[in-house]
Amino acid sequence: MLSTLLSQIVNGLVLGSLIGLIALGYTMVYGIVQLINFAHGEIFMVGAYGGLAMFTYLLPTALKNHWYFALPILLIVGAAVSVLVAVAMERLAYRPLRGAPRLAPLITALGVSVALQEAVRVFYPNATAAVPFPTIFVPGTLIIPIGDGIPIKYSAILLVVVALALAYALNTFVERSRMGRAMRATAQDPDVARLMGVDPDRVIVLTFVLGGALAGVGGILYGGLYNTINIDMGFQNGIFAFTAAVLGGIGNIRGAVVGGLAIGLVKALGGQYLPGGTAYDYVWIFVVLIVVLVFRPQGFFGETERVRA
Amino acid sequence: MTRRRTVVTAAILAGALGLTACGTNRDEAAGSGGGSSCDTSKGTLVIGMVAPLSGSLSALGLGMRNSTKLAVDQANQKCTVKGYKLDFQPEDDQATAQIAGQAATKLSSDPNVVGVVGTLNSSTAQTVAPILDAKKIVMVSPANTNPTLTLGQAATTAPARPFKTYFRVATTDLVQGPFGAQYLIQKAGKKNIAVINDGKTYGAGLAATFSAEATKLGAKVVAQEQVGEKDTDFSGVIAKIRPLNPDAVYYGGEYPVAGPLSAQLAGAGLNIPLMGGDGIVDKQFVALGGRVGDLATNVGAPADQLPSAATFISDYKAANFAEDFSAYGVLTYDAANVIINGLATAVGTGTFDDSKRQALIDAVQATKLDGASGSIAFDQYGDTTNKVLTVYGVKGDNFAPIETGTYKAS
Repeated sequence: MLSTLLSQIVNGLVLGSLIGLIALGYTMVYGIVQLINFAHGEIFMVGAYGGLAMFTYLLPTALKNHWYFALPILLIVGAAVSVLVAVAMERLAYRPLRGAPRLAPLITALGVSVALQEAVRVFYPNATAAVPFPTIFVPGTLIIPIGDGIPIKYSAILLVVVALALAYALNTFVERSRMGRAMRATAQDPDVARLMGVDPDRVIVLTFVLGGALAGVGGILYGGLYNTINIDMGFQNGIFAFTAAVLGGIGNIRGAVVGGLAIGLVKALGGQYLPGGTAYDYVWIFVVLIVVLVFRPQGFFGETERVRA
Repeated sequence: MTRRRTVVTAAILAGALGLTACGTNRDEAAGSGGGSSCDTSKGTLVIGMVAPLSGSLSALGLGMRNSTKLAVDQANQKCTVKGYKLDFQPEDDQATAQIAGQAATKLSSDPNVVGVVGTLNSSTAQTVAPILDAKKIVMVSPANTNPTLTLGQAATTAPARPFKTYFRVATTDLVQGPFGAQYLIQKAGKKNIAVINDGKTYGAGLAATFSAEATKLGAKVVAQEQVGEKDTDFSGVIAKIRPLNPDAVYYGGEYPVAGPLSAQLAGAGLNIPLMGGDGIVDKQFVALGGRVGDLATNVGAPADQLPSAATFISDYKAANFAEDFSAYGVLTYDAANVIINGLATAVGTGTFDDSKRQALIDAVQATKLDGASGSIAFDQYGDTTNKVLTVYGVKGDNFAPIETGTYKAS
């Protein structure tokens, strides 16, 4: 029984790390421009397809079987594709609406989400159905010998390590670097930040670049872990990630990671121990969200919303 | 400037969407010109189809589309329906009940639509069948296996046929689930079985009939779990069943979930076979993670072992379709021919109008057809009288037949 509990905690942490990685993109964009970028899930999906295209059509066969070559290439390509799409999305869809009422970019985000999904469906070969994805990392499973054994796929370990390292790096960047300070300043008060010489357009583009890169890396790690990707993956995981961002306090980087891990754990443990079993695990995620929001509307780490002048 | 560009972009997008929405996908049936000298003076009648032509189940749906097109083209060449040209109009349902409903409404609003082949999914059939039934349009499904479609809600206790125009050439889950259980327990010798389903009409129904038979045969159903049809992470379910030491997993659902589920079972150290129903019998199952040793049942006998299907297979190859005829190709071809032959009988040498719809239903009910899948006839509920099923196992990169048999209740 102990091994079951530990297995479910492991499962929760793996899923939670992935959700947290995507949630960072939601939370950063919201922090800077107060936009819930519903197309962010699709940025994650596009990264996975971009990496797969690279692997299938461009990578020499000799390199495909060596993860230490293939993995970095795929991660970079996936991140690059996601960054490109994210920046294009900001430039074409969101920047023209800067200053428009908040609902306009929100609806635009939904439109971008549908457009990206359909674009991949139409233009990527065989994307109408789920597509197999290679196990770029060490294949197989590590079984930790406690009780019945706790199985962890090596690619799951990779996902957790990379996700947490990137989240830590992002946090350090935002708190320590000059650009990070500009980001925090813009989040706090864009007008005053501008007076202090911060270029808001640069900060906003940087935000989309960072969020896109994390999502792209997430897409590749997701593909490597589950060995199948489909055009819905962004929507499904995007909803979880958005929920994680809200749960952790939207606009807060640590909150996004903690929110993601919380959702992963609730899904895994709820499916195991709560009535209804795995059929109801989504329900428990949103029950937790509602309960947290009733007592802490700003989420775990969020600040109460300021009224903007 | 920016504003204008936005407006222009929006207008282009709206226009593109409009075009897609208006585009008709009616196929001008080939073969009406060259070589054919049929009398088509009385006009055109339409055979419709509702099936997933896009989305994760499109591998099956596209095979169904091509097989029906083949049957329609052949009927046009052979002048099967006197005085009429047949058109084929496939509609995409994306395996979603709501979209299937729209497709059915679209077809049923066209007075020239006489019959519909489809659907693939039982859940979509539950929406489509009542819409077509209201317009007395015959529907023949090659793939729906949920018992309630022909036998009503109390399928096992008090069967009552809900739709007079609904027929199917596929055997139901009342037969398929137990057939799978008999193989898995009596032939493969499995004792502790974990049952998982996707909560949809087909998957949940199949899992239930399987579990009932498995228990009856003395095996232990150690777990009953449910996953979402769009899930990709099954680690939770697997961690839950792992300590129960199952020696096999039965999955009620379709290959987009079953493939990754099988791979993740192995990934968690559970090297036990996964068995499913007709919904997982496709090459894609293996591409998405299905393992050698995984099993499945499918309705009918395997096409390449049926002498009756040989003509169909060679004709299908000759027609050069881009996609395989897939798991339901043979049955779909038969379903289309059931409608076409019924139509030929109902029309005779006369003309087709709304008063002939009842005659068409009666003709289909009385079908005696030597089809590609074997002899086809319907019982009083609209179910096929043919109870042949086949057990398949994964070999290489696809399913290969293991044994074919006629279902006998245990």
